[in-house]
Amino acid sequence: MDVLAATLAAVLFAGAPLALAALGETLSERAGVINLSVDGTILFSAMTAFVVAQGTGDAWTGMLGGALAGAFVAGVLALVGLWLRAPILAVGFILTLLCRDLAYFLGHAHARQPGPDLGVWTIPVVSDIPFLGTVIGRQSPVVFLSIVAMVAASFFLRRTRAGLHLRAAGESPKAAFARGIPVERLKVLYCLVGGAFSGLAGAAYSLGVKPGWGHPQGAEGAGWIALAIVIFGGWRPSRVVLGAYFFALIQVMGIHLQDFLPGLSSTLFQIAPFPVMILTLLFINIRRSGRFRDAVQQIPLLGRLAGKPPVGAPGALAGVLDQDAA
Amino acid sequence: MKSPSPASINILSALGLALAATLAVLFFAGAPPLTTLTVLFGGGLNSTASLLKTFSSFIPLFLCATALLATYAAGLWNIGVEGQITLGAVFAAGFLRLPDPGSFPPALALILALTAAFAGGALWALLAGALRVYGRVHEIFSGLGLNFAATGVTLWLILGPWKRAGMASLSGTEPLPEAFRLPGFAGKPASMAGLVLAVAAFALVVWLLRRTTWGLKLAAVRQNLKAARLMGLSPGRRMLQAMALCGGLAGLAGGLLVTGLYHRLIPSISGNFGYTAILAVLMVSLAPSFVPVACFFFAVLLAGAVQLPMALELDSSLSGVIQGVLVLAFLAAGRMGIGGKLGGKLGGKPGGRLEGRLTGDTT
Repeated sequence: MDVLAATLAAVLFAGAPLALAALGETLSERAGVINLSVDGTILFSAMTAFVVAQGTGDAWTGMLGGALAGAFVAGVLALVGLWLRAPILAVGFILTLLCRDLAYFLGHAHARQPGPDLGVWTIPVVSDIPFLGTVIGRQSPVVFLSIVAMVAASFFLRRTRAGLHLRAAGESPKAAFARGIPVERLKVLYCLVGGAFSGLAGAAYSLGVKPGWGHPQGAEGAGWIALAIVIFGGWRPSRVVLGAYFFALIQVMGIHLQDFLPGLSSTLFQIAPFPVMILTLLFINIRRSGRFRDAVQQIPLLGRLAGKPPVGAPGALAGVLDQDAA
Repeated sequence: MKSPSPASINILSALGLALAATLAVLFFAGAPPLTTLTVLFGGGLNSTASLLKTFSSFIPLFLCATALLATYAAGLWNIGVEGQITLGAVFAAGFLRLPDPGSFPPALALILALTAAFAGGALWALLAGALRVYGRVHEIFSGLGLNFAATGVTLWLILGPWKRAGMASLSGTEPLPEAFRLPGFAGKPASMAGLVLAVAAFALVVWLLRRTTWGLKLAAVRQNLKAARLMGLSPGRRMLQAMALCGGLAGLAGGLLVTGLYHRLIPSISGNFGYTAILAVLMVSLAPSFVPVACFFFAVLLAGAVQLPMALELDSSLSGVIQGVLVLAFLAAGRMGIGGKLGGKLGGKPGGRLEGRLTGDTT
């Protein structure tokens, strides 16, 4: 029981930055903007957050710095990809490479130095409850931040007028424009918001989950996992966060397995999420395909696998990242 | 005096933009701008030794950029080049473990090893291609995932089955026997054979894309997938062919890195060449005739950046920063249409305004 609680706590902790980045990408993709720069943004803002926190001595100022750094990168994407209308996938990809190198270049002088981190919050009453106390009672602030962000994003998208406008802009830009919604302005806005979330994710790494800055930092590739999680979670905040925890579980399991299988290198466990990423995308794409749904509907038990009618990408993005291949 | 052509205004403004951004980055890092740039550009050009170093990164970079022309022609975003290089290197190194260096003719062994490298890269690329065509997994994700998987495969081989006698170390596998190394020039491991192969591959790919029906079919697949399918061009098969060609050439680059440069399998042997090649190709917006220029320029930066940590205590990733900034600046300048040429062609001036209105640009 204690092992289970400790594992759950570790999953919530390791999944928090992934969840933040994936939520940010969900918001910007629901508004119709694909931001491929997440991976570089996370590293760049992780570096910025650490340097700011080190300079001011306050980890929360560092978080703010990370969020601003993330929004800045998204601003470049918006400038070149949205305003100048250069191909946005290309711009995002270039930015991801650029920001990674920029992070290592600018952070060189601050590598492997001690600095503040966010520490642990103890929730007064909850921490005394046996099982729950271990899972959520004593946790890093980033865990609470990611949960609050999920609830807020979910509520915002489903229940508020602004969220409706966001979805309209991403689902059917022309109709939304005709209805008087400033589509382009909303795209820029949620591109920036999404970038700020990725920035928070980066800060959550360098000030919480993998404290400090170094080369490599330890968060390489996390952004790509976050991008895959958005597809995996069908562009819905709650499912996206579940996806983040699923990948965090794989990482945590890797650490546990290392004790049982010492012959295998730890690096091999670090790359394990990536083949899993491909397999999950393969699985959900097959599950969402019409042919599979037709095939299993006849079979009594498997028919349930087909689930509800498929949730696809926002209308403006249909076929970009989950295309009907030939 | 003739006024400068629109294209050259675009290039100049892009270079100016990139220079300004680079200087801003150097300012933030507190680096002396002039000295840094001198080291960066001089380090790859100022002596025969450094020119050879530039050429040893130019060869894999040029091969990978050539390879990418094929997948871009089919409208595919192959970012799995890194992994394809790695698998080529693994296959070449694996093949060269088989024959006895004393008795097997070295030339034949090298040719077979490079063929194996081509096959290895092609297989890795076909895996990504099959995931896209049959599994509807976008090649960005499969390519990236397979890059990490390829790193895992190399690490496992180096630390496990192929470890050096006595101890497993991250410095790589047992070095190749002398006979199985590509001859270098001037005692430096930059092979002439590699350069010849890269140029030949470039000519072949450009010919295939520009002068053959196959190239035309790829263009059709890129421009309109649905129409290509209805025309019976079997886009799936074309995509797989383009992926195989691209992966094969990237694998060849990996094979050349093993036989011509490192003479063994090392971790992260792909050395970021795959990603840098993507930047090089994007900078010249896929125009084949400028690809060698861009690759050479990037190779100079890579060779120069290696000197930065020693000379100025700066991180060598500055080369990547400048490359990224340059590509973004070229994209932006092209879209701004300062010179008018690109802007006009893509409807940037009046058409763009109108289009902006239709898609909701209210400003």
